[in-house]
Amino acid sequence: MAKKVLIVDDERNIVTALEFLLQKNGYDVRVAATGEEALAQLDAFRPDLVLLDVMMPKVSGYEVCQRVRSRPDWQGMKIVMLSAKGREVEVSKGMSLGADLYVTKPFSNTELVATIGRLLSGAA
Amino acid sequence: MLQGPVIVLTSFAYLGLLFAIAYYADRRADAGRSVIASPYIYSLSLAVYATAWTFYGSVGRAAVNGVGFLPIYIGPTLVIALWWIVMRKILRISKQNRITSLADFIASRYGKSALLGGVVTVIAVIGILPYISLQLKAISNSFTIVLQYPEIIMPAKLGAVPLLQDTALWVALILAAFTIVFGTRHLDAAEHHEGMVAAIAFESLVKLFAFLAVGIWVSFVLYNGFGDIFTRATGDPQLKPLLAPLEGVAGSYSSWVWLTILSMLAIMFLPRQFQVTVIENKDEKHLNKAIWLFPLYMLAINVFVLPIAFGGRLHFPGGNVDADTFVLTLPMVEKQEVLALIVFIGGLSAATGMVIVETIALSTMVCNDLIMPALLRIRALGLTMRPDLSGLLLGIRRGAIVLILLLGYMYFRLAGEAYALVSIGLISFAAVAQFAPCVLGGIFWKGGTRRGALAGLLAGFAVWSYTLLLPALARSGWLPLGLLEHGPFGIELLKPLALFGVAGLDQTTHAMIWSMIANIGAYVGVSLMAAPGADEHRQASLFVDVFSQPDEAGGARFWRGTASAPDLHDVLARFVGTASADEIFREYARQRGVRWPQEPLDADAALVHYVEMHLAGAIGASSARVMIASVVKEEALTLDEVREVLDEASQVVVYSRQVEEKSRELEAASAELRAANERLKELDRLKDDFISTVTHELRTPLTSIRAFSEILRDDPKLALAEREKFVGIICKETERLTRLINQVLDLAKLESGTAEWHDTRVDMRELVSEVVTAMSQVFHDKAVRVELRAPDGVPAVYADADRLKQVLLNLLSNAVKFCEAGRGRVEVSVSGEAGRVRIDVRDNGPGISAADQAVIFEKFRQVGDTLTEKPQGTGLGLHICRQIVERHGGTLWVESRVGEGACFSFTLPVAPSQRAAAAARVA
Repeated sequence: MAKKVLIVDDERNIVTALEFLLQKNGYDVRVAATGEEALAQLDAFRPDLVLLDVMMPKVSGYEVCQRVRSRPDWQGMKIVMLSAKGREVEVSKGMSLGADLYVTKPFSNTELVATIGRLLSGAA
Repeated sequence: MLQGPVIVLTSFAYLGLLFAIAYYADRRADAGRSVIASPYIYSLSLAVYATAWTFYGSVGRAAVNGVGFLPIYIGPTLVIALWWIVMRKILRISKQNRITSLADFIASRYGKSALLGGVVTVIAVIGILPYISLQLKAISNSFTIVLQYPEIIMPAKLGAVPLLQDTALWVALILAAFTIVFGTRHLDAAEHHEGMVAAIAFESLVKLFAFLAVGIWVSFVLYNGFGDIFTRATGDPQLKPLLAPLEGVAGSYSSWVWLTILSMLAIMFLPRQFQVTVIENKDEKHLNKAIWLFPLYMLAINVFVLPIAFGGRLHFPGGNVDADTFVLTLPMVEKQEVLALIVFIGGLSAATGMVIVETIALSTMVCNDLIMPALLRIRALGLTMRPDLSGLLLGIRRGAIVLILLLGYMYFRLAGEAYALVSIGLISFAAVAQFAPCVLGGIFWKGGTRRGALAGLLAGFAVWSYTLLLPALARSGWLPLGLLEHGPFGIELLKPLALFGVAGLDQTTHAMIWSMIANIGAYVGVSLMAAPGADEHRQASLFVDVFSQPDEAGGARFWRGTASAPDLHDVLARFVGTASADEIFREYARQRGVRWPQEPLDADAALVHYVEMHLAGAIGASSARVMIASVVKEEALTLDEVREVLDEASQVVVYSRQVEEKSRELEAASAELRAANERLKELDRLKDDFISTVTHELRTPLTSIRAFSEILRDDPKLALAEREKFVGIICKETERLTRLINQVLDLAKLESGTAEWHDTRVDMRELVSEVVTAMSQVFHDKAVRVELRAPDGVPAVYADADRLKQVLLNLLSNAVKFCEAGRGRVEVSVSGEAGRVRIDVRDNGPGISAADQAVIFEKFRQVGDTLTEKPQGTGLGLHICRQIVERHGGTLWVESRVGEGACFSFTLPVAPSQRAAAAARVA
């Protein structure tokens, strides 16, 4: 069964690119444009990995990450944070909140796919 | 009725009444309800100026000299007008420095010099003795005359009497006793004698009443009014010349002038006048009434002088009767016993008033300025260690009173018979006039020094002694008369009555001219020769600048030393008693907010000064100085230090103002710096934020571009539709990137002020329709209707047309962007209002919440309905628009409610020439 990935980003074009890329690599992909939307989908979809943009209006990526980590039944969920903000403070903040990885935009498709694959196979 | 026992009894009854009044006034004063705190009582007490000299002597002088008696009263009347300047200042100085007498005043002014105080005292006592003898003579003569009733016999005709049978001696002793009772019953810390002042005021009424009574009787009973008397006098060849006073009879004009000046000075510097005017003054404001009341009194008591004088001359044509006694002898010869008795009492009252006040004033001077400073300096006596000196003080004063009156009596015996009353009085006037230069100079000229004052006084006094006292003694036979006629050792130039060959003046004028030349010359000359000492400098400034002194403690700032509060209390208690000292200390503590004696007092300069002031009130400034010095380790300030303090005092005010100003400036500057620093920090933070934001905004499109580029590169077999879609996205994101970069650069230019502006006259109607036309495709694509309302007559603006287009494009793009496709409607209107052109861009989109309205004009703030589609913008557009509008002197704002669309509006000022034209049209 294909691993499930939830893409959360308010940039429509980025979501399109990621969706295309991950589907092509055999993942079961769902998308969410906001933090609220993401949280709403989590229970039903139960993704193995969440690709999470940090800078979103209202509910930010940090907040989504925190919520996920506060749920014991979601412990296996991997979280990869995506952000155009690449300063060290922001990276360490993301990691301290429980993200598995912090990827700075723009990213290399190949590397991103490889990283996701590594994360998911390690968990399996 | 006029038998001896009756007269003696009446006299004592009168003195008893005086004493009762004084006693009552003292009791009232002790109870805090002063009876003399009234300008009327004050003015009446000043009338102590009118003595037996006035009462008997004026008539005597008028009978010989016509109106020649008048200068003595014109002087005070004239000078009192100046009192507002002179006497008010002396009053203020005396109150602030607790001056106890004229000698104290002068000593205090010139550095609290005990020597100067002593000299002034000696001059005053010697100078006043003739004057006191005059009173004794008047009383004893009137008594002797009255006793001869109904005969009229002059005392001189009775021949010499043995000492113990001499009425004058007994009068002197009785007056001494009476004065002691009046003036030294107790020791007042401020030398106030309320009882005495009340009695004096009463006496002024009595003598005025008596004189008016005899005047009215002579004028209207004995004769038929003034007209009758003067007509008869004109008819008398002997009296006629008296009615033309300035034709050689009353002396020359110069003697009138000098007598007037002399009496001007006497009214201020006679010890008794100083006592009642200054020392006994309760309120500076009393001067205001005295300035007209006192001259009025003078006028009243002089009105009948000439009628009585002429009446007497007409009545006693033979010259057997001394004109000085006319006031008394006229009623007697007409058998008016009651009137004669009233006159006798009036004369007694005039004389006793003078004697009492004069001897009290003199005894205070003798005690405070002559004897005490000397005694205190004699260490062997150990007086500074004695626990209670108030008994000693009273003893000295009482002794001084007796001594002064006995000396007055001696002068009477030595010289009294040779002169008329007025001439004797003038000798005293001339003596006290010697105080004028150093007092008046002292309060108006800081340059006057102790040595100058001493030199002036001694020189003036020497000339006075030589030209007035010496001739008086010579004429009485105590010195060879040849001295007067040929000069000492036959040197004509030194003749006492024609010094350096100046002859032809009357004796007083001659003496005044020479003594004043010597006095003023020495005072000014010596003062200018040497700079004043530190103490003098300080006192000079306290006196001359009295009206700019803040309070009594003014002198304290010049003091430096160490003291203890209990010591200061002890020394004060020794002179004023423990109870008074306690009261004085409590008052001081109360001012300081200290609960003395529970809490200790700080023996600082202020306390030392305070105690010295109060001590000075009891024993005079020079003695107080000595006493204070005995308990205080004082470090003398050098002259330079004092001068520095004085110079600084005036400069400090200037400096402190400057310092205040500077510190205000500094504060303001540092506040500015702080604010600037905050601004810089804020700017720094903003710059960081800006860079971070810009970076983020750049990376977002870059992310899409890279991601799709890699997809296209890595997957050559991609379906065409997808390939086209992805390339389309790449193109859009690249455009976005370009736009962003352009706007960031644009903003940077706007914010740094380096943007170029090409202002021209712009017709907003044209411009708006041009932009709307240019965007018609955009509206068409989204099926949004656009309406333009631009009426004719909207004035032109002066602006950069391209920039305004940029603003409009931005606003219109936003409007379209937020409008619902198909149902959207955008309204653009141009209008003119109050010198401005207004453009509104209204849409029917979702509207903007109040919170969002507050931030949309900030950098990188985007508000969009993210649920549907994220608006494609940089977040810089509105910010740039606002910058552009504001640069043109306009404003840009938004009005909106959620669900009701938004309206962005901006105004621009009308072009200048246009505005003038518009104004012209209105006119």
